[in-house]
Amino acid sequence: MTTVYKDVDRIEADAVNKPEQRSLYAARVKVHPKRTHGTFRTLKWWVMAITLTIYYVTPWLRWDRGDFAPHQAVLVDLATRRFYFFFIEIWPQEFYFVGGLLVMAGVGLFLITSTVGRAWCGYTCPQTVWTDLFLVIERFVEGDRNARIKLDAAPWSFHKIALRSTKIAIWLLIAMATGGAWIFYFADAPTLAYNFFTLNAAPVAYSTVAVLTGTTFIFAGFMREQVCTYMCPWPRIQSAMLDEHSLVVTYNDWRGEPRGSQRDRRQHGETTYGDCIDCNLCVAVCPEGIDIRDGQQLECITCALCIDACNSVMEKIGKPRGLISYSTLSDYTAHEAGTRDPDQWPSFIRPRTFIYIFVWGMIGIGLLVLLVMRDRLDVNVLHDRNPLYVQLSDGNISNGYSVKILNKRTEPRTFRLSIEGLPGAVMYLAGSTKESNTGLNIDVGADRVRDIKVYVKMDPKRLKHRETDFRFVAVDINGGKSADRALTVAHFQRPPKQGNEE
Amino acid sequence: MAAKHIDEVSGTETTGHEWDGIRELNTPLPHWWVLTFYACIVFAIGYVIAYPAIPLIHGATSGVLGWSSRGALQQSLAAAQAAQAGEVTKLTKLSLAEIKQNQALDQFAIAGGRSAFKVYCSQCHGSGAEGAKGYPNLNDDDWLWGGTPEAIMQTITHGIRYTADPDTRDSQMPSFGADQILTHEQIVQVVNYVLELSGQKHDAAAATAGKALFADNCAACHGANGKGNRDLGAPNLTDQIWLYSGTEKAIIAQITKPRHGVMPAWGGKLSVATIKELTLFVHSLGGGE
Repeated sequence: MTTVYKDVDRIEADAVNKPEQRSLYAARVKVHPKRTHGTFRTLKWWVMAITLTIYYVTPWLRWDRGDFAPHQAVLVDLATRRFYFFFIEIWPQEFYFVGGLLVMAGVGLFLITSTVGRAWCGYTCPQTVWTDLFLVIERFVEGDRNARIKLDAAPWSFHKIALRSTKIAIWLLIAMATGGAWIFYFADAPTLAYNFFTLNAAPVAYSTVAVLTGTTFIFAGFMREQVCTYMCPWPRIQSAMLDEHSLVVTYNDWRGEPRGSQRDRRQHGETTYGDCIDCNLCVAVCPEGIDIRDGQQLECITCALCIDACNSVMEKIGKPRGLISYSTLSDYTAHEAGTRDPDQWPSFIRPRTFIYIFVWGMIGIGLLVLLVMRDRLDVNVLHDRNPLYVQLSDGNISNGYSVKILNKRTEPRTFRLSIEGLPGAVMYLAGSTKESNTGLNIDVGADRVRDIKVYVKMDPKRLKHRETDFRFVAVDINGGKSADRALTVAHFQRPPKQGNEE
Repeated sequence: MAAKHIDEVSGTETTGHEWDGIRELNTPLPHWWVLTFYACIVFAIGYVIAYPAIPLIHGATSGVLGWSSRGALQQSLAAAQAAQAGEVTKLTKLSLAEIKQNQALDQFAIAGGRSAFKVYCSQCHGSGAEGAKGYPNLNDDDWLWGGTPEAIMQTITHGIRYTADPDTRDSQMPSFGADQILTHEQIVQVVNYVLELSGQKHDAAAATAGKALFADNCAACHGANGKGNRDLGAPNLTDQIWLYSGTEKAIIAQITKPRHGVMPAWGGKLSVATIKELTLFVHSLGGGE
């Protein structure tokens, strides 16, 4: 084959993170990714736009919760320990919902990785998204790859300082906006925004913004691929997640090799070359600084920009797309052996995928059922330990209890607190002379916990054992037939010996 | 200094040491590590200048910021006192009844009383105010000198049988046995009557004899029906609560040679606000009247 392709220049690009080129003690070589166009680049723009919009807009969404709760749709209220998510309100006791969601996120990550590979890394990871955003700025200010390499090598001049400081200033602005958006998840966004800019916000707001500004600026501006390669555990875990049916960005060397540049092809007309014209564009666009043609590597975040780059070249030289493509190992081996239809869609239907989907779905259904069934009322009882019981003058024994009634609805309610399973006992509140054996009405504010001191007294002669179990029951008195009802077991303690003996 | 030796395999400089042909590589520390190390040195120098650091014979260098742990403690104590100043002023001015009407202030007073109780009262009354033999239990509904907030405050302020305070609560039970006012036989009869009063096992014949003796010797303070007299701190003998145990033996011992508890007066030692806090805490324990 002696065809010479016009419009395709060879780029002198070095894969700086090639395994054999990287000494442990060598300083990092900066990666200058070249701009690409194509399907996956477009997809990444969209993902970036959507994820950034979600991040910046979410805290500003409002949600009407009546008079007794904040109106922010998503709010982590650390001060009063409540988490609001649209129509859901979570108390600290219900943190298992958050735990369950995290487990779901973990299993979801397994599912995604085992099927479409490191899609999380390549498209949605904040490190990737913000690095992409910072690269847009870098390219806008300093130009594309070649211009940036030239600028890096150039001596310091007014021009270079101007470009660099412009870039850093814009980066800092973005970094501050990133850190700034974070704090709005933890307080009423409009109020906090006003206080923040009038310098009246809490010191922790400023320090949080400062820390997140710093990390965003450094991670997305300077550390970039080093975060993925050295700091993040996921590239190392992925080897346990990927199997021969997972999609990974693959250089189809069965089609591309032996590679030959234009010059090679001109000089060695007799050799049969593969489709790879060794233009190095895939290396130039890689944000991780690797050469995908070396095979699957830990550094590869499967951002697929090399696919776009290669496809554009294949189109120019009139070859089919997909010399670099999303492909599974089994597909690749089958092609290599020449036994597989090249267009076959990789198989997602396999036991592993179903197990992940099943586990993920079961946790999801479990959480949903819990969410629908959960009580919006709870009673916690703490028996006084010092003293365990008190001898009263009429011969009765009294026990003290701290009873907490948790009204988890955003409306004030009245509960009837009564005791069950202790015949002959009466209860009374501290500081009140009113005794009752049927129950006491307790008002609890909206979305509040009321802590009351309750005494229960009875004749110890009616008790067979030193310790007797009974129950505190709270019922919403205005709840009708399906009223919220909560029940907690408590103990009643009498003296070990009867009578006056110490 | 010898010429630098470069290891052929790794291309790294060696330290120049050699043991049996083995040379140690002089591997450079990572750049970031060295920078962090220098930053720590700079920080340490700044710290030594700013904060107390170098020990001398009489103390240590004080540092230009003038910080000390004692000073920091005093500052946070002062800040806490300043934060409570509003409530404390109110507690000092308002009457006990007025404080109880203000729920938030009442809670504040009870919380303060709980912690003051641990410091000043728990030595005798116990950390849970449960008392002990000879030291009244403050959780129950039996009060020697009265269980209203005012009576409790009076007791805390002036103490009991505390001679240094002229307004202290005072009373003394005669030593019927030791001073030979009653014979041992008579004492046993009175005790049986007292056991009858509190509904315990007793000798009916002795109790009948004891009833007359009780009227002559005891009713003046304990009342004709044995229900006691709070003005004199005379205990109610008909209930189930006994300061020095309610067995026959213990009551005989108490009549023969009575013991008397002493409680210090806290009036001069604690502020009015603290005494009110203690009063409301004790009153909240379940037996307050």
